[in-house]
Amino acid sequence: MSLAQAVREKLDIPDLVTGGKSLRDVTSDITKPNEDFPTSLWWKVFTLVLTITLVDVAIIGYLFYEGLYILGINNPVGWGFFVVNFVFWIGIGHAGTLISAVLYLFRQGWRTGINRAAEAMTIFAVLVAASNLILHVGRPWLGFWLFPYPNERGPLWVNFRSPLIWDTFAVSTYLSISLVFWYIGLIPDLASLRDRATETWRKNLYNVLSFGWVGSARAWSHLEIVSMVLAALSTPLVLSVHTIVSFDFAVSILPGWHTTIFPPYFVAGAIFSGFAMVVTLMVIAREVFNLKDYITPKHLDNMNKIMMVTGLIVGLAYSTEFFIAWYSGNEYEGFAFVNRAFGPYGWAYFIMISCNVLSPQVFWFRKLRYSIPVMFVASLVVNVGMWFERFVIMMTLHRDFLPSSWAMYTPTLFDYAMLIGTFGIFFTLFLLWCRIMPVIAIAEVKTVMPAKEGAHH
Amino acid sequence: MYLPKLEQFYKHKEMDEGVLGIFETPEAIMEAAEKTKEKGYVGFDCLLPFPVHGIDEAMGTPRSGLPWVTFFAGLFGCLIGILFQGLTHSYDWPLNIAGKALNAWYAYVPIIFELTVFSAGIYTVVALLFLAGLPSPSRRILHKDLTSHRFGLWIPKSAKGYVESDVVSFVKGLGGTEVTVVQPEKQK
Repeated sequence: MSLAQAVREKLDIPDLVTGGKSLRDVTSDITKPNEDFPTSLWWKVFTLVLTITLVDVAIIGYLFYEGLYILGINNPVGWGFFVVNFVFWIGIGHAGTLISAVLYLFRQGWRTGINRAAEAMTIFAVLVAASNLILHVGRPWLGFWLFPYPNERGPLWVNFRSPLIWDTFAVSTYLSISLVFWYIGLIPDLASLRDRATETWRKNLYNVLSFGWVGSARAWSHLEIVSMVLAALSTPLVLSVHTIVSFDFAVSILPGWHTTIFPPYFVAGAIFSGFAMVVTLMVIAREVFNLKDYITPKHLDNMNKIMMVTGLIVGLAYSTEFFIAWYSGNEYEGFAFVNRAFGPYGWAYFIMISCNVLSPQVFWFRKLRYSIPVMFVASLVVNVGMWFERFVIMMTLHRDFLPSSWAMYTPTLFDYAMLIGTFGIFFTLFLLWCRIMPVIAIAEVKTVMPAKEGAHH
Repeated sequence: MYLPKLEQFYKHKEMDEGVLGIFETPEAIMEAAEKTKEKGYVGFDCLLPFPVHGIDEAMGTPRSGLPWVTFFAGLFGCLIGILFQGLTHSYDWPLNIAGKALNAWYAYVPIIFELTVFSAGIYTVVALLFLAGLPSPSRRILHKDLTSHRFGLWIPKSAKGYVESDVVSFVKGLGGTEVTVVQPEKQK
């Protein structure tokens, strides 16, 4: 018995893998969903989300044809659902990086049960976010103008002082680094799938996907170091991404947006909403794929604790904003906040407060932290609340300095359809991924298994 | 001072000809690696389904030198970020925005940071793929359990003092089951 195992038993810490699994069981349990024919439940859900995606694609085509006037945006509310969705989805992505990078650096062994799925969530969420960012620029087919490249329009470069260009660099760096981090971790697991495959086509597919990995110890030690390096790079990266997203607002000179609290407040909110999404997905995945021995109640408990802490930080940020608006003595700032809570969009503000500040308080109780139905409902509620947080921030636009230019924002059917569509795209990608690649990091789980004598046959 | 050494950039060697022994537990492969190192079969390797803690010390592999790649690639990305933004805004396309200084470098910091991280991360992964000999989908799979639950010890023909029968009995003596002599594949 290893020292770590002895300590766990002494302190009564639950094992990270339960059910007395051997190394072989781990491989076969986790790869089972990839090897079996999809269940009827999978087909039903997949058909639903694929339909949503296809409808969404058709609507986007119509948007290309007609232009942005079919949406609810107007003057002064020039940023509508697209920007709300962009901030929401990029925030969702942050939990994946937090789990794979920050918890890696803090040597949190429990992350191995959930990191792979959370990283996949990051990548799909960032893709959805990026598509919203591109759609919102008005002429999406010219979206590549956001990148600086030599062109024939004179010596014409992008304006590097613009937060939109910062966004471009932040999001594309985030997507690339997350993608390589996720994939180098997947290579050994894809090799496991290849070596188990019986059909030739499957063997060939996974042989290509796994790059011909054989598990040489020298390759492993390089890979381990690179995982650490990428974790160390991703940690400041993930903080920078949402900081830069918050700069889209904070760099403007609008009361309610032009505040220094935005970067930390956005980062905490991102982690909060992202963990809520991970809990939602993991509760479903462990049921559907029968992975209860790998994603244990202890894993979920840890995530609920992080959700509660970040929820409290977000709550503190809401009250700090209000306090500073009053304490600054700036009447425009004060008006923006009074209007936020008690103006025409006050209902959204109270949805936000009750979902984000009140609902995570249930996790003070151990019993509720371990209750699957409670955490499932709470995670959905938090996701709704975090979407409304971004909506509330956006609606700051509707009443600015001049009462003559005030206006209300009414989203059209297309706005709602494309909001639902983002979920369609995300879940389509996620469900397809679950079929092709293992949802749990097989090799990494094996490193945190309880050591047992004679369990290896 | 800590400087990079060439042996930290060891490369994966293809396994064409040699002896493969299969072991059942991580402890067994650790012990086997330790003894093979003492025996002096330089260039031997272990095939593992997961990174066994402490195997590098047992095999005598130095710490990977890849963080050096990260450092210099990060520096490169940082310089590109500074120069590219500074030169385009000050010389190639000077644009007066609200009377602000042309070279207002504070506004360049977000992109300098992102390019540093991007360059550091991508070049490190490229270097990893090079050193680990990936991608190489035509590579031969020696045993199908080695990516699942068993552990392999590989002693190549190029190892010093390699005599086939000696190596086979040595690996058997370490407790290796299924000891096989691997012959090079015929060229098609």
